[in-house]
Amino acid sequence: MQRILIVGATSAIAEATARRFAARGDALFLVGRNAARLDEIAADLRVRGAARVGCQVMDATDTAAHAAMLAAAEALLGGFDVALIAHGTLPDQRACEASVELTLREIDNNGLSVIALATQLANRLEAQGHGALAVIGSVAGERGRQSNYVYGAAKGMVALFLQGLRNRLAKKGVQVLTIKPGFVDTPMTAAFPKGALWAQPDDIARGILAALDGRRDVVYLPGFWRLIMLAIRLIPERLFKRLSL
Amino acid sequence: MPCASGGSGRERAVGLNAWGALPAVPAAAEIRLSSRTAALPAAAGNGTLLPYGNGRSYGDVCLNAGGTLLCTRGLDRFIAFDPDRGVLRCEAGVLLADILDLCVPRGWFLPVTPGTRFVTVGGAIANDVHGKNHHGAGSFGCHVRGFELLRSDGERRRCSPRENPGWFAATIGGLGLTGLVVEAELQLRRIAGPAMTVENTRFADLDEFFALNAAAEERHEYTVAWIDCLAARPRGWFMAGDHAGAEAAREVAAPGKARGLPLTPPVSLVNGLSLRAFNPAYFHRPLPARATVHYVPYFYPLDGLLHWNRMYGPRGFYQYQCVLPATARAALDEILQAIAASGQGSFLAVLKTFGPRASPGLLSFPMPGSTLALDFPNRGEATRALFTRLDAIVAAAGGRLYAAKDARMPGALFRRGYPALDEFIPYLDPKFASDFWRRIMEQE
Ligand SMILES: Cc1cc2nc3c(=O)[nH]c(=O)nc-3n(C[C@H](O)[C@H](O)[C@H](O)COP(=O)(O)OP(=O)(O)OC[C@H]3O[C@@H](n4cnc5c(N)ncnc54)[C@H](O)[C@@H]3O)c2cc1C
Ligand SMILES: NC(=O)c1ccc[n+]([C@@H]2O[C@H](COP(=O)([O-])OP(=O)(O)OC[C@H]3O[C@@H](n4cnc5c(N)ncnc54)[C@H](OP(=O)(O)O)[C@@H]3O)[C@@H](O)[C@H]2O)c1
Repeated sequence: MQRILIVGATSAIAEATARRFAARGDALFLVGRNAARLDEIAADLRVRGAARVGCQVMDATDTAAHAAMLAAAEALLGGFDVALIAHGTLPDQRACEASVELTLREIDNNGLSVIALATQLANRLEAQGHGALAVIGSVAGERGRQSNYVYGAAKGMVALFLQGLRNRLAKKGVQVLTIKPGFVDTPMTAAFPKGALWAQPDDIARGILAALDGRRDVVYLPGFWRLIMLAIRLIPERLFKRLSL
Repeated sequence: MPCASGGSGRERAVGLNAWGALPAVPAAAEIRLSSRTAALPAAAGNGTLLPYGNGRSYGDVCLNAGGTLLCTRGLDRFIAFDPDRGVLRCEAGVLLADILDLCVPRGWFLPVTPGTRFVTVGGAIANDVHGKNHHGAGSFGCHVRGFELLRSDGERRRCSPRENPGWFAATIGGLGLTGLVVEAELQLRRIAGPAMTVENTRFADLDEFFALNAAAEERHEYTVAWIDCLAARPRGWFMAGDHAGAEAAREVAAPGKARGLPLTPPVSLVNGLSLRAFNPAYFHRPLPARATVHYVPYFYPLDGLLHWNRMYGPRGFYQYQCVLPATARAALDEILQAIAASGQGSFLAVLKTFGPRASPGLLSFPMPGSTLALDFPNRGEATRALFTRLDAIVAAAGGRLYAAKDARMPGALFRRGYPALDEFIPYLDPKFASDFWRRIMEQE
């Protein structure tokens, strides 16, 4: 049995992942901002075989609440083996261009709140000398594109932060996993027409468990995104800036 | 905004359709529900709503041209499970496959299951589905302890045989027209393990079938027969099955991952030639007299090939399923002869007898007697002409057709076959409608 903390536990990807943890008998602590939803998910996970499930309502941007949340999770689970940070929002890029306030709020939600959580979690994991910190980033964090660069910048910032953290914690036996999904059919992307590149939340969940078990550093999910992003990174900036991506 | 559909949960949706893949006018909106406590979304297009489960109905009971489909697959949470009593509460979009994955390792099985496990609990209730154990267990609805029904006026009704019994009876087999089933409580059946023991016997004509069947229903929980309709005299295999003891589990392997037909071929792969080659081959293939098998290939032989329906090509196909009262033996012969003479029948001709256990639903399909189901590639007029002949035999015999499989029955045949229709109508939700319902009510 592993002890798992999930922040943003109401996300479709997180829920699919939690179901897989529950089916193997793990204990979970779920954090999110929608109390009723957390309770529904917790009941489901108990039926699916979770050893124990606790919930806490918290907005991830409320950094002052992080320490108490982590203490509550530790009290219920008796420590963590895996912490998964999954929350996020996909901003309206156009609206961000017209609003400094919205831009900063999105950077906060997708970037700073994650860094705040990771900072505190890293110290706990470092002290115990084992465990894994897994964070859902995005392929969008690899290159700034006109259609989505506020979100991309936040995800990119998180990826760089995690890279440094990995470098620090590798010596302490702690895994730091950056998860980079491509297009996933979830409420976040409900408004997009779906095509051949789209994955289901459970495809990502399966990949997350495999990456944790394999003690990987960075995973693209599904794996073909590694090649797509390689190609996208290789386009010279001189050319890239003219494209309408 | 199409919602993801399908058993594998992987395929891309391009406008939802039913299993028969007949040409259909799309809905104006397909809205994926994801919370059992949320209100119903506003209706788009023509203002009507219809729940859509996993689209395993063959015809148009799950379609709503120009209206809104409420896709329920996102309502897929378990709520509570009592492993001592086998009582499961879950949301209505949970697949029977998910229930099996959860419950079989814990020693419980579905009380009734159709021939595919990729149907939702809500769909199983709305069509009051039946399985190979109907002679003993009755229909799916006999094992529903209760459910919550959400109406378009926002009211939520708890329904069970004791609470709101009228709504309970109208909604079981109610074709999704009484409101949205949000969650349900089911009574499961104890098993020792995943293995089944099966006995296969060949029969040379219907007399032999009925003799075998009468004896087998006394001794076996599950019975069904496969018939070669193209033969001069209907011959086939009789298959009896039972859940095996725990020791047998070691002998059976769980099935591998299902494979799919990735796209629809430009023409039907099912034609007279392939039928003629397939049926005799199937009939003469050596089936062991006794075997021990895993429950998946036993109950769901076609689930191993996802989207086998696509092999019928872009014109799609029909299934014709009727039930005839036990006294109408001659009508069964007549139907089989008409099908054989037409040369149009296909791989699947399934014959099964329904037992006396009454279905709770007002519009439930099963009645004591024999049910025959088979697929027909859509050959337009020729196929419809054959159906008209079969309809006449069914009507004269006092039988009826199964709405879950239907895309064409005349309204008069439905009304005649379902005498509780007038009792049902007051329970309709004023905002809910389907292509099936419009078709049945508009004719004449
Ligand atoms: C290979 C195969 C084998 C089959 N074998 C059998 C069999 O042996 N016996 C049998 O009885 N049937 C059988 N069927 C038919 C199938 O079991 C039924 O059509 C079933 O109802 C499909 O469920 P679904 O979840 O796909 O629902 P859909 O087909 O999407 O919808 C069916 C009906 O249920 C309604 N509905 C769905 N969800 C809800 C809800 N939450 N609340 C209210 N209404 C709802 C819809 O409006 C519609 O009227 C078979 C089908 C296939 C493809
Ligand atoms: N879907 C994709 O294509 C895709 C691609 C790459 C990466 N991702 C990333 O995957 C992760 C999961 O997203 P998803 O696709 O599963 O979408 P989702 O179902 O919409 O999940 C996002 C979740 O984040 C929660 N959340 C947002 N801000 C929060 C906050 N401040 N505090 C607490 N919870 C908060 C939301 O909670 P509420 O329900 O309370 O709003 C929601 O449950 C995100 O980090 C996303 O950026 C998604």
